[in-house]
Amino acid sequence: MSVIVEGLVRRFGATAALDGVSLSIREGEFAALLGPSGSGKTTLLRVLAGLEPQEAGRVAIAGREMAGVPARERGIGVVFQNYALFRHMSVFDNIAFGLSVQPRGRRPDRAETAARVRELLRLTQIPELERRWPDQLSGGQRQRVALARALAIQPKLLLLDEPFGALDALVRREVRRWLRGLHERLGITTILVTHDQEEAMELADRVAVMDRGRIAQFDAPAAILDSPATPFVAGFVGEAARLEGAVGGGVLRFGQAALPPLAVSLPDGPALAFIRPWDLLAEPAAEAADQGRVRQVRPGSQAQPRVIVDLPGGVALDAMARPGVPLERGQPCRLRLLSAQVFGADGRRENAFPSDAQAERDETGLPRGAAGPGRLPLRSG
Amino acid sequence: MSAGPALSPRARRQTAIPGFGLAFGITLFWLSAIVLVPLLALLLRPFELGLDGLWASLAEPRVAASLRLSFGAALLAAALAAPLGLLLAWAVVRLRFPGRAVLDAAIDLPFALPTAVAGLALTALLAPNGWLGAPLAAWFGWQVAFTPAGIVVALLFVALPFTARTVEPVLRDLGREAEEAAATLGASRLQTLRRVVLPALAPALLTGFGLGFARAVGEYGSVIFIAGNMPMVSEIAPLLITIRLEQFDYAGAAAIGLAMLLLAFGVLLLLNLAQRALRRGLA
Repeated sequence: MSVIVEGLVRRFGATAALDGVSLSIREGEFAALLGPSGSGKTTLLRVLAGLEPQEAGRVAIAGREMAGVPARERGIGVVFQNYALFRHMSVFDNIAFGLSVQPRGRRPDRAETAARVRELLRLTQIPELERRWPDQLSGGQRQRVALARALAIQPKLLLLDEPFGALDALVRREVRRWLRGLHERLGITTILVTHDQEEAMELADRVAVMDRGRIAQFDAPAAILDSPATPFVAGFVGEAARLEGAVGGGVLRFGQAALPPLAVSLPDGPALAFIRPWDLLAEPAAEAADQGRVRQVRPGSQAQPRVIVDLPGGVALDAMARPGVPLERGQPCRLRLLSAQVFGADGRRENAFPSDAQAERDETGLPRGAAGPGRLPLRSG
Repeated sequence: MSAGPALSPRARRQTAIPGFGLAFGITLFWLSAIVLVPLLALLLRPFELGLDGLWASLAEPRVAASLRLSFGAALLAAALAAPLGLLLAWAVVRLRFPGRAVLDAAIDLPFALPTAVAGLALTALLAPNGWLGAPLAAWFGWQVAFTPAGIVVALLFVALPFTARTVEPVLRDLGREAEEAAATLGASRLQTLRRVVLPALAPALLTGFGLGFARAVGEYGSVIFIAGNMPMVSEIAPLLITIRLEQFDYAGAAAIGLAMLLLAFGVLLLLNLAQRALRRGLA
């Protein structure tokens, strides 16, 4: 079922939770609404579910206008943040609820209801919980019950509101994979609300990054990481550090001796650079007043530890240590900047690389564009 | 301090909750002094009459009628207070309207008001020449004051805050999510109310009913003004106890007290059992 949202507005008092949201989701797609708390993602989900009225704009689901259609007539499966299971009903009755409240003509009989519920219990891999009560379940089990309950009404659209929020990290990862597999099997159009970018990137076909009631960017995860549309997106995804600098004559300088300048084709003026940890290599250097200093080391992938480097002026940056070159806490170090996303004074974005002067100085310089997670060539200094 | 192996593990079981011995001792002492000893006196006093005398004292038609009236009216009032209290709690928790805080505070007034004041006010209102009593008598021929109906009205007044206040926190805790979930699953409002909201509130409603009943059955101040106190018709058991005390028939008064104690305990026990059954469903 396709979902089309155009110019949607919803205000709470003076603040606009949704400030002109437009979005088009394809049939069978798994979309994620990603954003910090207060960005309007849950409100958008609630408007889609019919739990919150829209003030302006339109919502069409499978071609049908949704303004004024109450939640109970929409046939949309919703998994709530805290699952909202009916505590006085067994797991079986919880899942059967959607079937048992159907109008008499369409309501399946007892045997058919039982068969459908058992099938859903199998699908969500919790057949043993049939006779249990919600209070007796773990977070992960409750989530599966909530999902089975939402699927019982055979929805064409499934809305998930922070469904992994209450799970611990290990269960979360497992449930995530399982949910994605379930989506492949059932093919139900699904919209997930989350503030966890890792979750959104792993699960969704496309991710809508929300910022203060608007969609900042709606794109495939890789596109959002590689070409963020706005400084907000660049700062919100990919653990990027935000650094202010100045462009002069095609060179971006940060006013930090430890950070090399970047070559850009942006107009002169102030600029914002976003630097991801894997775009920044830290290596030992001689003691000097304007050098960086390693604050903390933690093991990373490929025997390449992640470090936090303190720079003069109170700036701290996440960087990768050079493979095979150990760094220790408190050691002075030099930073090699491989690339950065830079937004110029005119709002244009550029993927910037070190200026030629820098490349010449580093005779061991890595090829341009080699940056990216897991794409760093392993070489020993 | 090392206690050595002399102390068995059972003698000094470790618990994170401090002061068990002290707290339990003081609790038991106060409970005995304030509740158990007086109740024991109440249990023993009537037997001064001997078993036959006790039976004769309670079998008096006037006593039986007053007990029937007291318990019947209290049960009826609590049964009426349960849905009304639910409605009040609903309005305070779920609805937003001007004056909500005032209504919220007004619910507690019957707790604070001397019940005699409430009795006087209700009597003035419902008496055959009162603001409400006069039109009721003129239009429907109903007389509320000085009849058992008046007693129920007075008891409803004192029982209402108990049901409203016991349901309110549960309703607040229930949140909108369960109701919203029911709506997304296709339930109508009536289905949501009947299958999601009311079952979740049932234990609290039952508690409210029990508290309201307990309060109503012992109510004295407001009832004696509005009841008319006609023997066999509108005379409540607590009043009869007072009458016997005034006649220096202490054992006879205690006999009625004992009967009330046992009946009330029976009702509350039944309610508690019902509630446990309900909770088992919830567990």
